[in-house]
Amino acid sequence: MNMKTIVSAAGTTAVAAMMALPALAAPADLGGLEKQPLNTTAIVMFIAFVIFTLIITYWAASRTRTASDFYTAGGGITGFQNGMAIAGDYMSAATLLGLSSLVYAKGFDGFIYIISFFVGWPIIMFTMAERLRNLGRFTFADIASYRLHEGKIRSFAAAGSLTVVCFYLIVQMVGAGQLIKLLFGLDYNVAVVVVGVLMVVYVTFGGMIATTWVQIIKAGLLLCGGIVLLFLALAHFGFNLETMAKAAVTNHKEGIKIMGPGSLLSDPVSAVSLSMGLLFGTAGLPHIMMRFFTVPNAREARKSVFVASGVVGFFFILVAMLGIAGVTIVGTNPQFFEGGIVGGKLIGGGNMVVMHLAKALGGDLLLGFLSAVAFATILAVVSGLALAGASAISHDLYARVFRGGKATEKEEMLVSKFASLLLGALAIVLGIAFEKQNIAFLVGLTFGVAASVNFPVLILSMYWKGLTTRGALAGGLVGLISAVTLVVLSKAVWVVVLNNPAPLFPYEQPALFSMTAAFLVTIVVSKLDKSESAKAEALAFEDQYVRSQTGIGAAGASKH
Amino acid sequence: MSSEIYARVRQNPKFDLLVKRRGRLAAILSTIVLVSYYGFMMVVAFAPSLLHKPLGEGYVLTIGAPIGAAIIIVGWLLTGLYSYYANTEFEDLNNDIIRESQQ
Repeated sequence: MNMKTIVSAAGTTAVAAMMALPALAAPADLGGLEKQPLNTTAIVMFIAFVIFTLIITYWAASRTRTASDFYTAGGGITGFQNGMAIAGDYMSAATLLGLSSLVYAKGFDGFIYIISFFVGWPIIMFTMAERLRNLGRFTFADIASYRLHEGKIRSFAAAGSLTVVCFYLIVQMVGAGQLIKLLFGLDYNVAVVVVGVLMVVYVTFGGMIATTWVQIIKAGLLLCGGIVLLFLALAHFGFNLETMAKAAVTNHKEGIKIMGPGSLLSDPVSAVSLSMGLLFGTAGLPHIMMRFFTVPNAREARKSVFVASGVVGFFFILVAMLGIAGVTIVGTNPQFFEGGIVGGKLIGGGNMVVMHLAKALGGDLLLGFLSAVAFATILAVVSGLALAGASAISHDLYARVFRGGKATEKEEMLVSKFASLLLGALAIVLGIAFEKQNIAFLVGLTFGVAASVNFPVLILSMYWKGLTTRGALAGGLVGLISAVTLVVLSKAVWVVVLNNPAPLFPYEQPALFSMTAAFLVTIVVSKLDKSESAKAEALAFEDQYVRSQTGIGAAGASKH
Repeated sequence: MSSEIYARVRQNPKFDLLVKRRGRLAAILSTIVLVSYYGFMMVVAFAPSLLHKPLGEGYVLTIGAPIGAAIIIVGWLLTGLYSYYANTEFEDLNNDIIRESQQ
């Protein structure tokens, strides 16, 4: 996969390409690229962003007094703000670069991926938003352990969160290093250390308040950059979509075929497994779930999903149009191809379509702006991840399990700050260690584990009275083992890492199989569990059910 | 929060009404989203030529483009619809339940 772009990978396996997207468009694919000349405009703009966010962190630090402030901004984020922050989590560098490049290379097939990326949000709204808010306090383990055996379930849920957080942190750090090397002309290690240090500063001093505002600002900047770019692109075609499409058809080597579905998704099993991994994996990501605890009540939680899905949907359609515009504007300009050969390799790799488009339409200024936003994006996502990991360590493992709920708030917050420091150091070390590794499989693992370990226990604890501690543990374990095993047997590890000729598991995303197995085992073991504790757990569901529906007894917003 | 309050809520007929009506809305909307998305994916997998039909005489834009965009836009509008009902009508009902549970 070295030197290959996500786009050429997409040609061989659709699923590999898809799972590579959240990985900052397959960072491993950028591995062999040369460092670019120093990009001063981008660096100046990025420094401005950092200074501004550090001022916000300083302000946030003065408002972060209690554990609730630290973990959930005291529940004081409004629905609109939280919606922007959730959208920011979802509009990553990967979606901007990877999805636009996929449309550029594959036309309508890229658009199908975009739709698949979106469709989980309405489902999260209808099935989870209000219950998450009404039952959770700081972490999703709060919900899972509401009526089950606290020590066991909380340790298990925290382990699930930390696994997902660590995998995803590596992916983001490696992506950051390689993207920054490419866009800014900075050294890989420098980029990784800068991201790691800033992340720790935001999280330890500013907690959830700073993390949320970094994400909101970044989302706003990304939207502005995207809108300006789309405006310039549409102006290029006289604001006529048909003119733009005609030009793309003329200039794309596959001609009219790019206007409809092609070969990318012709295998329904891999398409379904992939969409399940994305949909339920997203719902099982600890740093996304944590956002539902930052609003004061279920009402604001619903508003935030409405805002988030509107912003994400708008951004995704925008990205698709940028990809089509790129076919003509970037695809016919020798300036953007290695050696000036149109139709050859794009400079910087196949993911750089949007960056070249910015350069073509808005010059160095717009290119610098978008590069700075891409860096800011990674920073915002890793901060959210670090906070989610730190809460799993300090709230779940330390305060609730290790100290049995007897830790003082001060002790708990101190541990959380050490935990984020530890995660920052770990992220830097792993980011550097994995520089030359092909890590595309980690994205499959992240979403596979989130969908097969975190999601089943979460959704069943909210919806199914019969869930017992034994069932949840057995099912979670099966989900974990099957997700990991299937990823190891898939192409990303079995062929690419272990150099075997053919994968033993033909699909890249295990969710269809591992998640189904996790649900089945959880349900069967729970049904067979006739213990006294199982009966008590079923009884406790009644109270939990009332709370999940009405919010009576839910953690409210703290007063400042 | 004590179990007595929860028990009182459960006996309130308004609670049943809330759960039934809000649950039904969520189920209907989820079904619309999932059926339209997986229906679209099945057309992509088994009958892709249907989506290659041009929008009109002489057009290169196909019906696939607005249909795809519609899945995103309708999905978003449905979250708005749910949010609207859950935050007005059902929220009022919910507030009644909370008030009555504390008497």
